[in-house]
Amino acid sequence: MTNGRLEVEEITVEIDGSKCTAPKGSTILDIAKANGVDIPTLCYDPRLSPYGACRLCLVEVEGARALLPACYAQADDGMVIRTTNEKLERIRKTLVELLMSDHPMECQGCSKSGRCELQKLAERYGITESESTSTFAGETHEYEMHRENPFVMRDYNKCIMCGRCIRICREVQGVGVYDFVNRGFKAIPGTPYDKPLQETPCEFCGQCISTCPTGAIKARPYEDTGRVAARDMLRNACAYFKMSEEDMMEALGLEGWVTRTTCAYCGCGCQLDIHVIDNKVVEITSPLMVGSGQGNLCVKGRFGYEFIGSDERLTKPLIRKDGVLVESTWEDALGLVAEKLGEAKKSSPDSVAVLSSARATNEDNYLIQKFARAVIGTNNVDHCARL
Amino acid sequence: MEKECTCSNRFADVDDLGPVDEIISKYGSEKGALIPLLQEAQDAYGYLDEKIMRELAQRAGYQLSQVFGVATFFSQFRLNPIGEYLIKVCHGTACHVAGATQITDEVSNQLGVKEGETTPDNKFTLESVMCLGACALAPIMVVGDDTHGKLKPTGIKKILKQYAGPTAAAEGDDA
Amino acid sequence: MSGNGNGHKYKVVLGYGTCGIAAGATAVKDALEEAVEGGGYDVDLDIAGCMGLCFKEPVVEIFDREGGSVIYGDITAKKVPQLLDEHVGKGQVIEDWVVKRSEDPNACEGDFLENQLRVVLRNCGKINPESIDEYIGIGGYEGAKKALTSMTPEEVIDEVSASGIRGRGGAGFPTGTKWGFARKSPGDVKYLICNADEGDPGAFMDRSVLEGDPHSVMEGMILAGFAIGARHGLIYCRAEYPLALKRLDIAIEECHEKGFLGENIFGTDWSFDVKVKKGAGAFVCGEETAMMASIEGQRGMPRPRPPFPANSGLWGKPTNINNVETFAAIPWIIYEGGEKYAAIGTEKSKGTKVFCLAGKVRRTGLAEVPMGYTLRQVIFDVGGGIAGGKEFKAVQMGGPSGGCLPESKLDTQVDYDQITAAGAIIGSGGMIVADNRTCMVDLARYFLSFTQDESCGKCTPCRIGTKRMLEILERICEGKGEPEDIDKLQNLAADISAASLCALGGTAPNPVLTTLRYFKDEYEDHIFNHKCAAGSCPALITLRIDPETCTGCGACVKVCPTDAITGEKKEPHLIDSELCIRCKMCLSRCPSESIISE
Repeated sequence: MTNGRLEVEEITVEIDGSKCTAPKGSTILDIAKANGVDIPTLCYDPRLSPYGACRLCLVEVEGARALLPACYAQADDGMVIRTTNEKLERIRKTLVELLMSDHPMECQGCSKSGRCELQKLAERYGITESESTSTFAGETHEYEMHRENPFVMRDYNKCIMCGRCIRICREVQGVGVYDFVNRGFKAIPGTPYDKPLQETPCEFCGQCISTCPTGAIKARPYEDTGRVAARDMLRNACAYFKMSEEDMMEALGLEGWVTRTTCAYCGCGCQLDIHVIDNKVVEITSPLMVGSGQGNLCVKGRFGYEFIGSDERLTKPLIRKDGVLVESTWEDALGLVAEKLGEAKKSSPDSVAVLSSARATNEDNYLIQKFARAVIGTNNVDHCARL
Repeated sequence: MEKECTCSNRFADVDDLGPVDEIISKYGSEKGALIPLLQEAQDAYGYLDEKIMRELAQRAGYQLSQVFGVATFFSQFRLNPIGEYLIKVCHGTACHVAGATQITDEVSNQLGVKEGETTPDNKFTLESVMCLGACALAPIMVVGDDTHGKLKPTGIKKILKQYAGPTAAAEGDDA
Repeated sequence: MSGNGNGHKYKVVLGYGTCGIAAGATAVKDALEEAVEGGGYDVDLDIAGCMGLCFKEPVVEIFDREGGSVIYGDITAKKVPQLLDEHVGKGQVIEDWVVKRSEDPNACEGDFLENQLRVVLRNCGKINPESIDEYIGIGGYEGAKKALTSMTPEEVIDEVSASGIRGRGGAGFPTGTKWGFARKSPGDVKYLICNADEGDPGAFMDRSVLEGDPHSVMEGMILAGFAIGARHGLIYCRAEYPLALKRLDIAIEECHEKGFLGENIFGTDWSFDVKVKKGAGAFVCGEETAMMASIEGQRGMPRPRPPFPANSGLWGKPTNINNVETFAAIPWIIYEGGEKYAAIGTEKSKGTKVFCLAGKVRRTGLAEVPMGYTLRQVIFDVGGGIAGGKEFKAVQMGGPSGGCLPESKLDTQVDYDQITAAGAIIGSGGMIVADNRTCMVDLARYFLSFTQDESCGKCTPCRIGTKRMLEILERICEGKGEPEDIDKLQNLAADISAASLCALGGTAPNPVLTTLRYFKDEYEDHIFNHKCAAGSCPALITLRIDPETCTGCGACVKVCPTDAITGEKKEPHLIDSELCIRCKMCLSRCPSESIISE
């Protein structure tokens, strides 16, 4: 150990003719990503254990008796790897064609359009909608949409069996709501007896939504409101005109975009990307592998934003007069509060209790307990986390 | 051969958790024993009822999703009750070449049920299965624990009658 | 050899495996027991495993004091009294019932056994599989004793390597080399697994060995465990083999009683134990990593390799998996020496292989032959040629992972590399013989539907790819084939083979590829001419009644679901092809074989 840093053994491999070094234990995909080599994937999510099932990431390794999945195969020192050639590209194209042959052609009306990993691969391999329906025409699934709870909707017709929802629920959340049901072509990553999520241990964190590469799992709050239509149209327009969403927004004269901020619900500090169109929040996501949250969110971070634009939100202080809450001014309201607290401070400071919140910053919380103890003179201070 | 109709008391009732107790104490917390757990539960109850699966999952420390995933993966596990006799017509290669389809059709005709279904009197359930490994006697079918080989469609009715007991199999058919 | 009747004049042995029982051996057993108890015959009565003479089950072998024997076939309970009276009572052989007699081995159906070389099946049909004493009596466990008391694990591996035996489960990987990998893997805890999940449709040799000679497998496993350093053995056996499971349980218990399993085996410091795991009905669990997943209590879905089981297998520990047939050969190899095994067979494929002859061959059953026999020798010299005097068309080898070879390839030698070069695989050893009434397109379709049924669904090429291939074949068989279908099948096949996660998907296209290679004309006939020359595919045939042979019995009329058959009693009947749906129920009912499909 030198300088307090752990010594990690390094290996050297050759990828597409270039030598790369990496820590021992890295997968071929890890090394490729670190060196800017693009290998297509579908069942890979950096937060999850590798699965090796979609077969998109197959690469040729000299001396190996078969093609190896880059996401799963550990790189050995001296390995010689080819990530692309005619054969590999042809296989990848066939795989995408096969997946699309069992996928509803609804990109126009699907809110995942523009972010869908399958769609991106179809574009990459030049597979048009009409081609995909004819090359491997055959039986498709016809599952009913699952919309039994207000948070997560599931459409197994768009499922590509990557298993990411299962793995994130089990490995990251430790809950395990989903598992593969049935076998073969009829298999889906479902719930036991196809029960609605509210009858399973599901906590509605929405992590499955965050990892699903297609539109198979979506968040209902982002889908069901009218304002979402604008977002959908925006996305589809961008895909059609091949413009970035920022440029499109500018062209359309729409204000607002994506704001990165820190979630205020607790002390974890997960990063949020708040998507805004026309001054209305339309979606919350979390940037992958960034910060302490690493792209994960809980139910509060992911869904707990509706209060921002809620009609029920107070915009003016209210003072109760004759039993009825009446709109007032800040001066009047704060004056009244100062007056009443002042009286209490003189006569009975302990008749005042101060309750604070995790949603306030550390600085605010410091001030508020100072206010309670030093200003009012009471020790009746508590915090929502203890309740 | 006189056989008492035992359709209801061959298996334990799903409200009787005695067999579950026995199975759990046998396997306890043995690593990876999920499949034997389900096999023995099915032997005891005739099929895997949701209630039983929940009990096993809870007591053995598995998620229900895991248990359900395993139960629906393997052909042996049934999530619905079956009749007194399970008829398995083999559709392995040798049997296929020897006319297994005709055998299934004949059994289907005789009993008035389609594959996967159970007769109304709960006597027989018909299934098509993959190779049972008695290829030289193709085509074969297994009724309960008995293997019948070198089948001809003309001989099916006679075989089924052996098991009919007090409630005879579909009488209406001739030939 | 259990031939001397323990002092009795005769020893009567009944073949008592699943096939025999299915053919009625239980009734024969009861009849024999009853007759011997009551009739005062000077016989020693015993049961044995299946001899593999499936085409003549139930089978009874009668040995005399000098060791000569007569094998009788098609024995029923009714025939028992006569059998005992004449052969045992009067010493007279009943010629009509003879399958093989030691005095004239090539007579009757004797060639079936004479032309075989039985190493793996050496004891099947000869000893009572439920008696460890009988196994010990013929030299059983001497090989294990020799190894554990006087050889090192490395010497055992060397002997196995010297034999040249290649994994008999289908992959044909050199067993000695495989054991070497597991031996070298560091770790105290290692596992040895016997793959008894025989799922190939058309294969039943593993079942026969487990039912007929389970101790050979036990002994093989004890030797293997010692060689690789594994103290934990597991036998993963299909649930569909209840008799095999029962006999394995008995064998394990007997081994414990004798101290061949457990602690301090043969007084050495080596301990080894075996547990049986029942499969639950998934063909894919015959694949190594899927099998291990299912033993771990998960869905039987394979994992990418590397890492290989020898390095990281069951529960992450070094694991070695071999097939039943491989284990059964090991005791012979250790006892007789690897060189003796290597003296049999071809240059690259040593020893013998057990084949299961089924389909349209005259003598169905188990055929163990030295590698190097030609297919012609196996099918005609051992198998007795095509049943019903018909013509040979093809032999399907290796189950759903294999291929169909035509007449022109009959002189190919049974050898891993030669068969692979011809386009098929030896695989587990299933051999389904087809005559000209078998449609090769339908056969390919059948295998693909099997694969689709058994696909675990994990990887894209197998889950969706084989489905699309199957749909193309179904369309072809329904007369809706398109000209591009053949190329589509070929291209899709290549991608599925290359991209699949495991060998199920990887080999699924093989039946299609070989039938396209050797029977392309049938595909073209189906697609372009809408004809099925074999008279098999319902959508492409017409059924008609031959007026010359029809007796007018009316059996067909009764079963026709669309009332398409008309005719007067005792007069030739007629099928209305407009109403006929080609279900062929009439064809299977006709007592005079007057219904022709063309």
